[in-house]
Amino acid sequence: MSPEAKGQTNGKDAKDMQEFKLTVASSPHVRCNETIPKIMWNVVAALVPAAAFGVYYFGVNALVNIIVAIVSAVVFEFLWEKLMHKRVTIKDGSAVITGLLLAMCCPPSLPWWMSIIGSFLAIVVCKQAMGGLGYNIFNPAHVGRAGLMVSWPIAMTTWTQLNGTVIDGVAGATPLNVFKHGGVDALFNLFGTNDWGSIYQSLFFGFRNGSLGETSTVLLILGGLWLIYKGYINWQVPVIMIATVGVLMGAFYGVNVAIFEMMAGGLIIGAFFMATDMVTAPITLKGQMIFALGCGLITVLIRTLGGYPEGVCYSILLMNTLTPLIDRLVKPTVFGAVKKGAK
Amino acid sequence: MLNTFKRGGVHPDDGKIYAKDKAIETPAVPAQVVIPMSQHFGAPCTPTVKVGDLVKKGQLIGTSDAFLHADIHASTSGKVIKVAPMPHNMMVKCMAVVIEADGKDEWAEGIPQAHDWKQLDSKEILELIKKAGVVGCGGATFPAHVKLAPNKPVDTFIVNGAECEPYLTCDYRAMVEKETTDKLVTGVQICMKVLGVKKAFIGIEDNKPEAIQNLTEAFKDIPEVTVLACKTKYPQGAEKMMIEACTGRQVEPGGLPMNVGCVVSNVGTVIAITDAVCQGIPFIERLTTVTGDCIKEPKNLRLRIGTTFQEAIDYCGGFSKQPDRLIAGGPMMGLAQYQLDVPITKGASGILALSPEKCQVGEESPCIRCGRCVEACPMGLIPSQLSIFSSCQAWDKCMEYGVMNCVECGSCVYTCPAKRNIVQYIRNAKGQCKAIQRVAQAKAEAQKAKN
Repeated sequence: MSPEAKGQTNGKDAKDMQEFKLTVASSPHVRCNETIPKIMWNVVAALVPAAAFGVYYFGVNALVNIIVAIVSAVVFEFLWEKLMHKRVTIKDGSAVITGLLLAMCCPPSLPWWMSIIGSFLAIVVCKQAMGGLGYNIFNPAHVGRAGLMVSWPIAMTTWTQLNGTVIDGVAGATPLNVFKHGGVDALFNLFGTNDWGSIYQSLFFGFRNGSLGETSTVLLILGGLWLIYKGYINWQVPVIMIATVGVLMGAFYGVNVAIFEMMAGGLIIGAFFMATDMVTAPITLKGQMIFALGCGLITVLIRTLGGYPEGVCYSILLMNTLTPLIDRLVKPTVFGAVKKGAK
Repeated sequence: MLNTFKRGGVHPDDGKIYAKDKAIETPAVPAQVVIPMSQHFGAPCTPTVKVGDLVKKGQLIGTSDAFLHADIHASTSGKVIKVAPMPHNMMVKCMAVVIEADGKDEWAEGIPQAHDWKQLDSKEILELIKKAGVVGCGGATFPAHVKLAPNKPVDTFIVNGAECEPYLTCDYRAMVEKETTDKLVTGVQICMKVLGVKKAFIGIEDNKPEAIQNLTEAFKDIPEVTVLACKTKYPQGAEKMMIEACTGRQVEPGGLPMNVGCVVSNVGTVIAITDAVCQGIPFIERLTTVTGDCIKEPKNLRLRIGTTFQEAIDYCGGFSKQPDRLIAGGPMMGLAQYQLDVPITKGASGILALSPEKCQVGEESPCIRCGRCVEACPMGLIPSQLSIFSSCQAWDKCMEYGVMNCVECGSCVYTCPAKRNIVQYIRNAKGQCKAIQRVAQAKAEAQKAKN
């Protein structure tokens, strides 16, 4: 098929355009103005407030980690694509998201060179080796985090010494960790209060220890709402995942702990930004809802029965493996097809 | 609440502003008309005239023995100067009769011939429609006399006035101008009589409030006919979507509208039926919108079949700027042309000249599985998956995922952020799957014969 051919006109006022080329292509001939870079950069924008809060709260080392993770992710993507003679896609923003999310899911005090290794795992091993954007099975940032977790477990669970905040003096532990090993009393001790209201307040605004970008519940939700408003993610996914955790935790430990569990750890960032990852989640809304339910379920299993205090990362990675299966089993009903069972 | 189809759909910029308020104009008869022998869904016609013959307006110049065909008539009087393959807006070349107009524009004997449709029975009406070579004007060009004689009982006639294709406004003009409105009123009654139905709907997208108002007024004395405002959502005008919007019924995969008791016709078709039945006038002219941001003065024209695109565009003042694409039909399903000397055919609802800015397609990249196409697909398919299967030539998988149900409306491509040409992949897969089915069928039959 020849993409271009010559046309002629002898329109009265178009004499200067004696000959021009017409494009021949398959319909439709108009497209919406949504593009992959637009979607990706919007996700970056949605993450920025929570990341900025992390820098404000945890200090300069957080900023160093964010910058190192993003730059190394972009550089790895660039190098790989150059090496493989592929189209360089670093401008589409997806490597930036991966780097940013990776930094936000790791302790702010992580040695900067570990961020580079995490980015390598995320971009090269998880994403590009699978074929690049759109082909990876697992969420790249979570693969980077999981890789670092098994390689340097101590560095990945050493939390920042915080001074002059509500959790002053209780260094090296996240609320989830404390609760897992010491129960409610230890938690009250950590926050220096036995008033649930003020604990929730700390968790809601992000004044607690944890990974770099996971602490500020309010800013993460605002970012998520932006993506829901733009139509890039379905609200059902974060709602179902968080609700599953809340309901099950409530059944085990009561309402107060349930609310605590919903805001603690990486649940909010995971539910809004990782379980909604387009590439690694099911393609139909129904499938995504099953996916979210599974993520919530596995998170609860790990948090209650597992060895780790936190389970969001592994729950999403595990559910990623089920995505192809869910996609195969959950398909939309073809127009006019009679549903099974009905006559 | 507005009527519409339940699943999918997209909202492209409707672009109707260019020609919406331009009253229908009738240009002078061109000096020469090129009339292709294939302008309908079905078997192509064979020319019944030869070079040198003198023909009159409305004279039969092409017919076929096949059941599924529509006769073709001369659109003006003059001399046949060529019977040869000529460019066509739907295919590369097609056998065509070229008539050099004599300028007299004389009717053939016996045309027009007035009939009172109320005195005719269904059979006579169908015969008149068949004789006039009326086909669906919406673009699918299915012969009207076949469509109006369904072999299953039907109870509803639907006039498709959605005109959901952006830019096109000729149906809209037909629904607001007096002359065509009158014909539409008659035509709907004729069709209802032929079909023996007591109920009819006229579905119009709500971005055409004037048309809804005008037709509601025009049909106020015919209570069997309901003018329905439909939601402006592409592809509201797709046959199956229109049926769902009007009646709530869904045609099953691979099925025809008559399976759910419906027959759907375009506004233009109904008007052509009125002409054919009441005046005995064959289908030799149609309403076409010449529009787009590259046309100097966009217009709605009543054009003789066989007028070239070039002449139609010249009548509209030519191009105001260099077009990137010249499309026969609308921007969602129309066919891009590579030359201007293609003729207007019975299915040509529009000539659209778009600048590069209006049809920025972007570079195709891998699917990111965002699911926007799944959300947009009115047929409940997974377009992204189909496009991937097609690119891997996994035809069996394409079949399993229902590729044959695709109506090629283009909603998936419109909405795709990765700018994937999903419909192109699907068209390829449909072709391949059909070929495989044919081979399998032939094999099965051979096996049967052996046994």
